[in-house]
Amino acid sequence: MADETTPKDQLKPPETKPAAEKPAAAATPAPPASAAAKPAAPAKPVAAAPPAPPKPAGPTPQPWESEMVANFKRRFGSGIREASTYVGQNYMVVDASIVYQVLQVLHDDEGFDYCVDVTAVHYPKRDEQFDLVWILYSFPRNERIRVKTLLKEDAAAPSVSSIWSTANWLEREVFDMFGIRFDGHPDLKRILLPDGWQGHPLRKDYPILQQDTEWVKINLGIESGQ
Amino acid sequence: MTDSTKSGFYEEIGSQQTFLDANELVLNMGPQHPSTHGVLRVILRLDGEKVLGTECVIGYLHRGVEKIAENRTYTMFNPYVDRMDYVAAVSNGLGYCLAVEKLLNIEAPPRAAYIRVILTELNRIASHQLWLGTHALDIGAMTPLFYTFRDREEILKIFEKYCGARLTTHSFRIGGTQYETYEGFEQDVNNFVKFVGPKIGEYEELLTTNRIWVERTRNVGVLGGKDCIDLGVTGPVLRASGVKWDLRKAQPYSMYEKFDFEIPTGENGDTFDRYIVRIAEIRQALRIIDQAVNSIPAGPIMAKVPKVMKPPVGEAYVSIEAPKGELGYFIVSDGSTQPYRVRVRPPSFVNLQALDKMVRGSLVADVVAVIGTLDIVLGEVDR
Repeated sequence: MADETTPKDQLKPPETKPAAEKPAAAATPAPPASAAAKPAAPAKPVAAAPPAPPKPAGPTPQPWESEMVANFKRRFGSGIREASTYVGQNYMVVDASIVYQVLQVLHDDEGFDYCVDVTAVHYPKRDEQFDLVWILYSFPRNERIRVKTLLKEDAAAPSVSSIWSTANWLEREVFDMFGIRFDGHPDLKRILLPDGWQGHPLRKDYPILQQDTEWVKINLGIESGQ
Repeated sequence: MTDSTKSGFYEEIGSQQTFLDANELVLNMGPQHPSTHGVLRVILRLDGEKVLGTECVIGYLHRGVEKIAENRTYTMFNPYVDRMDYVAAVSNGLGYCLAVEKLLNIEAPPRAAYIRVILTELNRIASHQLWLGTHALDIGAMTPLFYTFRDREEILKIFEKYCGARLTTHSFRIGGTQYETYEGFEQDVNNFVKFVGPKIGEYEELLTTNRIWVERTRNVGVLGGKDCIDLGVTGPVLRASGVKWDLRKAQPYSMYEKFDFEIPTGENGDTFDRYIVRIAEIRQALRIIDQAVNSIPAGPIMAKVPKVMKPPVGEAYVSIEAPKGELGYFIVSDGSTQPYRVRVRPPSFVNLQALDKMVRGSLVADVVAVIGTLDIVLGEVDR
């Protein structure tokens, strides 16, 4: 891992590893060595070859102390699994069973009136496969936080579209891309992909070249969309 | 759903059961329709001329940008973000670079930050000009299109001289900028500021007091401040509803705190106010550019960035005030060279959701005005 600044190095050869094999919590040295060892790789295979020196310790999550967090901990006890700050950004990890109440309290009592985003992250190797993330902002406090919950593959999440109307489409997108169901959503259906599509592309077990060949054949009249 | 159509100024029509005893009519608009600014399909439920409800069908331009990101290195993904909001590509790049920089715990040097501000604000003007031209064309005023495109050309020329591309510029890199300013950059930008200032007045002369324009836009597509916040609407649409909120002021990034500018707001939250707000924003952008270009500090344009970028394990959300609203990037790093997940929070996508609320109870012709005033780019809606 060289350290000097060379903005020219924008064209690294693509590392053709399937997404599914990506380590979930990779502290392991990543596999670029194999990519660089390929004879076709034009850009300095030497650069990746020496074993990476021990990394300078990056920032680590610090406990997030505030009156609000204390209130939540008092009220929900161990349901608040974690409250931390990472690179200056606060987030809470909350049990799926109480996440709706937490979000409700955040909206009603703590002034988080703007739901910026609802999204998910897939970790196929974990027991609780999905991170579901709400990014919230408060106009009165000018503060941004994230609320996170962990979901099993077949578990449904509570819909917050009754708290923030904006969650309607955002949840539809999460459903479309990850297949996470939202209980209480007024109209949960796909939003970006066509209605009859099979599969949820942002899951890690959905390779980048995969497609719903049957749908493509029937609807587009071609063998493949590639 | 049908009975919640009584809103505002068409109440007297709404109070009748059905207009002229006609049955409810379902009309398809788009995806190939000039006023949808791309491939947006809207299914309209109509009672005569009155809109009872709408449903947006989107995704025609879905390219799976977020999936692509997971299969590229951090640097390789950088050019892709330009293809989302392709009329404000520079802003997209800025947001992405800031997000990765946050994960890497580095900051662009001051000189790079100033260059970024200048280009981003130029791009904001270009985006608003394109919006104004096409929006006015939708409503029936053809001249502004030629005026705005003529002046936008000057911005694109600066981009082309700076980085070789006009639209999808890829002008920023993680850690700073790739290129030094070219010889005469400051002169060009200063000339542009002097040149375009009076031109904004020309647009206003054509429209602000134009009776047809005012009749077609005032009290059309009204959205109150509370509704905006509830629907997550940001950008000029939010500000036109009287909420004085701009990320450049609320949570400054890229040294915006150094510049003196105002946040223009409207009062009524109608289409006319949104027009006034955007025009005022062009003027404020010119102010920022004027300050920035005359005080670009000397120094490096790239921070010390490792050749192979491996941000430490963690996640961060960084957002900027794009011309259309809050553009956010939520990036999860697993410590490898490729992002584990990149989520783009697109302003156009979220703002488009407000369409239904804005057009219910109004006339079909107003749908066109409201789609225009939301300033959506389908490349960003669908990603």
